[in-house]
Amino acid sequence: MKSTAKIIIVLTLITVISGAVLAVLDAYTKPRIDAYKNKIRNEAVSQVLPENVKIETINKADQTFYKASKNEEVVGYAFQVSGGGYQSELVLMVGVTADFSKIIAAKILSQVETPGLGTKIENDPSNKEDPSWFVDQFKNLSVAPAITYVKNVKPSKDNEIQAITGATISSAAVVSVLNKGIEKFKAIIQE
Amino acid sequence: MKEKTAIQEFVKGIWDENPILVQLLGLCPTLAVTTAAENGLAMGMAATFVLLCSSFLVSMFRKVIPGQVRIAAYIVIIATFVTIADRFLAAFVPDISKSLGPFIPLIIVNCIILGRQEAFASKNGIGRSLLDALGMGLGFTLVLLVLSSIREILGSGTWFGMNIMWESFAEWGVMSQAPGAFITLGCLIAGANWINARRKA
Repeated sequence: MKSTAKIIIVLTLITVISGAVLAVLDAYTKPRIDAYKNKIRNEAVSQVLPENVKIETINKADQTFYKASKNEEVVGYAFQVSGGGYQSELVLMVGVTADFSKIIAAKILSQVETPGLGTKIENDPSNKEDPSWFVDQFKNLSVAPAITYVKNVKPSKDNEIQAITGATISSAAVVSVLNKGIEKFKAIIQE
Repeated sequence: MKEKTAIQEFVKGIWDENPILVQLLGLCPTLAVTTAAENGLAMGMAATFVLLCSSFLVSMFRKVIPGQVRIAAYIVIIATFVTIADRFLAAFVPDISKSLGPFIPLIIVNCIILGRQEAFASKNGIGRSLLDALGMGLGFTLVLLVLSSIREILGSGTWFGMNIMWESFAEWGVMSQAPGAFITLGCLIAGANWINARRKA
């Protein structure tokens, strides 16, 4: 009996102390971690919207999006879209014009594609002048009708982008995530 | 076995009983995070921090913790320090924390750390346990650093993010991926065994 009591007391003490230490640590680090997340998000939002605009955060139907306006006139929206990539989830921030006809710009927030191939959607070291050429293709791209991709040739239509050689699935995943996400937010925002 | 001196307790982790090259422990994070030197170093330092703190506490309370629940007690202690390391990395070096992903929380089940508690800290005094932990942590960090340096230089042409290879160097894509980790680690272990075999002969 005595040893059972000891086991209970020792384990309880260890877990209580550990819990207390972690509670204090959380109170200390949480503001910094949240501030960093906000900073990253705000930077991404301002990168995919026009310059010198007023940005408002709006929550509607459990979704968050950002409205950009200039002189009381809405010039665009930004929102986060996500979906399956080649290996895991792709998360992008995308800005569109107020009428949802064009993408202003898109930025990749997180991706875990194949190193050296799929990761070119974010950073292509083989293109020394413009390592972010892939995602830059979405600038001013028409999204009505939906974006499509072509392989090995230069895009000829307003809604086309060129897929990365050797990473067609990752390229197609970006296109699909953007098409679906824009469709979804269009319905929410224009409701 | 002959009693080791304090210096020997420290040095053994670096070569003779190196956790990766000789004991082959903790290979999962070793293979997974060593795509860049920065990640390897951060992983090694985080694991060393957890190992030092856990060994200190486990050694201090080794006579208080009942034998039947020792593993549970060790895991709670280790998990606490892992969470501390994880939150600190996320708060102060968020980029590294992002690239290490789930492998920092997974230090909890790293067998080097639990192994040292069970095999050493629970049977030795605080001073010896700290030396043992420091040696093992340093041995782990050094191998991670060498492994991740080789993979980063050959796989991306950079070292700690700096371009160090000549202009026309073509990256060996395989080195950034899982097979590159196995190939490099295999070569390192073979090299260590070859040196040991020659030293004995």
